[in-house]
Amino acid sequence: MSTSTHPQIDHLDLLESHAIFIIREVVAECERPVLLFSGGKDSAVLLHLAVKAFAPQKLPFPVMHVDTGHNFPEVLAYRDERVATLGLRLEVASVQEAIDQGRVPDPGPLGMRNQLQTRALLDGIEKHKFDAAFGGARRDEDKARAKERVLSFRGAFGGWDPKSQRPELWQLYQGKVNSGENLRAFPLSDWTELDVWNYIRRENVPLPSIYFAHERPVLKRDNMWLAVGEFIHPQHGEVVERHLVRFRTVGDASCTGAVRSGADTLDAIIAEISVTNVSERGATRADDRFSETAMEDRKREGYF
Amino acid sequence: MTEPTSDLLRFATVGSVDDGKSTLIGRLLVDTRQLFDDQLEAVATASAKRGVGDLDLSFVTDGLRAERDQGITIDVAYRYAATPTRKFVIADCPGHVQYTRNMATGASTADVALVVLDATKGLKEQTRRHLCIAALLGVRNVIVAANKMDVAKWDEAVYFAVVDQVNEVSARLGFTSSVVIPVSALAGDNVVDPGFMANWYQGPTVLQALEAAPAGSWASSSSGARLPIQWVLRQHGGGRTYAGMVNGGEFTVGQEVTLMPQGVKTVLKAINGPRGGLEVALPGLSVDFDLTDETDAGRSDMLATAPLPTSTNEFEATICWFSDKPLTDGARLRLKHTTRSTPVRVTGIAGTLDVGTLEVGPASEIALNDIGLVHLATAEPIVVDNYRDNRVTGSFILIDEVTNATVAAGMIGHANFL
Ligand SMILES: Nc1nc2c(ncn2[C@@H]2O[C@H](COP(=O)(O)OP(=O)(O)O)[C@@H](O)[C@H]2O)c(=O)[nH]1
Ligand SMILES: [Mg+2]
Repeated sequence: MSTSTHPQIDHLDLLESHAIFIIREVVAECERPVLLFSGGKDSAVLLHLAVKAFAPQKLPFPVMHVDTGHNFPEVLAYRDERVATLGLRLEVASVQEAIDQGRVPDPGPLGMRNQLQTRALLDGIEKHKFDAAFGGARRDEDKARAKERVLSFRGAFGGWDPKSQRPELWQLYQGKVNSGENLRAFPLSDWTELDVWNYIRRENVPLPSIYFAHERPVLKRDNMWLAVGEFIHPQHGEVVERHLVRFRTVGDASCTGAVRSGADTLDAIIAEISVTNVSERGATRADDRFSETAMEDRKREGYF
Repeated sequence: MTEPTSDLLRFATVGSVDDGKSTLIGRLLVDTRQLFDDQLEAVATASAKRGVGDLDLSFVTDGLRAERDQGITIDVAYRYAATPTRKFVIADCPGHVQYTRNMATGASTADVALVVLDATKGLKEQTRRHLCIAALLGVRNVIVAANKMDVAKWDEAVYFAVVDQVNEVSARLGFTSSVVIPVSALAGDNVVDPGFMANWYQGPTVLQALEAAPAGSWASSSSGARLPIQWVLRQHGGGRTYAGMVNGGEFTVGQEVTLMPQGVKTVLKAINGPRGGLEVALPGLSVDFDLTDETDAGRSDMLATAPLPTSTNEFEATICWFSDKPLTDGARLRLKHTTRSTPVRVTGIAGTLDVGTLEVGPASEIALNDIGLVHLATAEPIVVDNYRDNRVTGSFILIDEVTNATVAAGMIGHANFL
């Protein structure tokens, strides 16, 4: 290992170290942690940090993909590559399976499935008796997330009660839960979107290719560019166009929008994000546009 | 003293309900253009829906449905902002007495408190309570916004009455700096843009004061270096390293360190940081240490340099109590201090603080939201510094053994003003 002669530390170093500290605390205090891995950039950074926290040991817990069944093929390939390269144990909590078994109503083959993720997530947690789930959520993403603790206590139904959160003082993270209850842990709470991208660039964190500009067929729906493919077909009057696009977030392929962009390198992406006028979720998530408190409502039901 | 970084300031809003904390933060974020267009639009839509004007600035941070419906802040909102000179982590705290635990949460990691008070009403008891808690938590620098100066018709006398009140409390609580700024959060005077209504005021705007405030003071310390051990890492080939986050001071390779509470001396052979080997480990860095000698070190133990911390089972502490059920002498709880959890018993209640007079008076129990002085006895020894010397090794929380709820914030020793 090389030795640094410049012991100065910057903002990214402190965010990184704090996240590693949180991950180690949760793993030390909880019986059965799991890391929620969607293949998106935030969970990619989270995984990178978790691996660092325990190196050279192997990751002492599995990762779980809450799979809506509407995946970008590039993201699935990326997930499997990461799992193989890092020697991870992967669990899949499948929305399709929940639909097939009648645990959730079938929204139809092209219906939006982000709402159904909650059921699959809670079932996955219960099945494996996980008592702590790491997520890559950041407080700058949404006004409800801005209110959530780093360790978010969830009762027997997995729901978030924003009116009675545990006090969380200093850096004393308290992860004790009774059986049947669980904890969501958000080590990236204090990171901004720009911090995540700067860190990805500094650390060379691998990402799915769809984060970088590429040409693909898209159509405009609800003022958002959706990728035409297995889950999105043109409907009455919608026109399929080819554009240079990239994805700013990665979620369910049927409701994650692309942005028109020529940014095909990390430098270009960071330059683009530094001057944007639109928030990450505002630009790319159809599911958050329908109601003022969409995220809060989903969290109350047990969402990430 | 170690100042880890100066480009990031963490601050928390402090003060009584409805004095304008959330509005001030909304104003600060809007006028420094931190909000995206869609976020601003959403705030406007939510305001129109509730008939509270074109843009209710408090909705920028009051993001929960109940908060917007009731027009109050229930829990801390964290927001992130950057100006050309500095990055900010903002904790917008609630003002209600019943949410004191949330205010303490927000203030416990703050370098600076941004105190907001309604200038026409002066310093209320609840504002004094928040100031006491901020002072106990170790905040040394406060920026005071004498708000609603528009309502006070920008009357100089109203402002100076606030200055006098602030100076008096400030001296008692030992704040090292307390600038008072006449402000209208609603209209935006002296928040980011200077206020033209007050030609008698020559001082900084709120933003200027925030940009000038000393950052990194949260982590400043007068103890030695400390590494509470979180985890033992098995190295390839059979060795072990000890992982944790550094606080208090810096460690250097080759230095003698003491394993506590065992009291065993050894030498720091190598330091691994998140990006590779290091000669020096600064506070705030997550590292793992290779030691020269074989030890039985594990989670909950601590590596330290001189001046060494104290290993103790019995100590005096100041606590802020968060449970509806009062704390009584003899109560049994669990204590979490650094990386150690241990059963604890209350062996004496020395008194509670009257936030009006700032005097400690005798008490037989500590009620919800009270600040009390207690004697505690732990089952296992804990390795502590006085909170005044080190915020990490001087702090602890108390946990209800049945519900696992966090019921108190605790500080080893007592503040100067107690
Ligand atoms: N006239 C006037 N009203 C203000 C000012 N700042 C805040 N307010 C109003 O005071 C009320 C409480 O504000 P809010 O920011 O929610 O207070 P908080 O409880 O301290 O966060 C709201 O109705 C605001 O519009 C100000 O500078 N001038
Ligand atoms: Mg408020």
